[in-house]
Amino acid sequence: MDGLCEQETISIRSSGRSSKDAFEAVVKRHMKDAYFIALGLVGNREDALELSQEAFFRAFRNFKQLSSKAKFFPWFYQILRNLCFSHLRRRKVRRASSLEDSEGNTIEADNDDRFDPEMVAERNETKDRLWRAIGQLDYKHREVIILRHFRNLSYDDISKILFCSRGTVTSRLYYARKRLKEILDHEGPHPAGTRKGGRH
Amino acid sequence: MTCQDYKDLMMAYLDHELDDQQKRAFEEHLASCAACAKEMEEFKKLKQLTDDVTLVEPEDRIWQQYWGGVYNRIERGFGWILFSLAAILLIIYGGFKFIEELIKDQTVGMLLKVGLLALIAGLAILFVSVLRERVYFWRRDRYKDVRR
Repeated sequence: MDGLCEQETISIRSSGRSSKDAFEAVVKRHMKDAYFIALGLVGNREDALELSQEAFFRAFRNFKQLSSKAKFFPWFYQILRNLCFSHLRRRKVRRASSLEDSEGNTIEADNDDRFDPEMVAERNETKDRLWRAIGQLDYKHREVIILRHFRNLSYDDISKILFCSRGTVTSRLYYARKRLKEILDHEGPHPAGTRKGGRH
Repeated sequence: MTCQDYKDLMMAYLDHELDDQQKRAFEEHLASCAACAKEMEEFKKLKQLTDDVTLVEPEDRIWQQYWGGVYNRIERGFGWILFSLAAILLIIYGGFKFIEELIKDQTVGMLLKVGLLALIAGLAILFVSVLRERVYFWRRDRYKDVRR
């Protein structure tokens, strides 16, 4: 993952190969990053695979918008995150509308109900709790945690990808970790797989 | 510097993103501030926990078929564009032919001819109007040239 944002100012247009072949190389280079970032944002494998592939398709369709001096990945990341966040918003609306009781009152749902602990390698109770707690963070906090911990990006790379300053990255990480700590402290240990009571 | 200023350095210290001078200054502050030292310890524990979590790597089959999934979308996208263009062309051609035949056909009553022509003209006006509106708003879209 070194210098993800520095790699290649890929210019499919100026490549000697056909645009399809050049784009295939780009997809193969970034597919793991795209999949794992999407997985961190939406929490389950099927959606992550679907959304990351859709993001590459949209990138191919809108490639003209990328100026020749711009780096591919930060631009692509905007497409991917927008897709993931729209997907999460739609999911939330669908869930809210399906969780109305017989009197029409809305029952609040956990944010993390699709954050499948099966996605965590070498599982134990603590790791499961942490993964579900990440699923309860708001989108902006969740994404910095994913980029820093699961893709191991430097602050400089995160700031390039998010089009913000290093200071903003630091501050977002501070509040994201603080919130994560609060969620974990509030819940306390409980058997893996048990649903939590309330939302925070 | 206040504790709040040092809090800004806390994350960078935790993630080894400080230069030597900043690191020394921060460690000196930690040695003299119990509240910041306590908060730092808690963050260290959390980071250890988070660093411990890794995500399951999907089976190789997923990576082998990944490009195929993207390519299918690209191919179908082109397919839909071609299909839509061809459908529009055929509808326009068919429409002209139909009008031509209708006008030439002596057995069709004048009222029916006028009615059908008015229907087609109405559809054409609606289509042009909607198209013009879309172009008008697209030209005035302040964000259409925004490049990331």
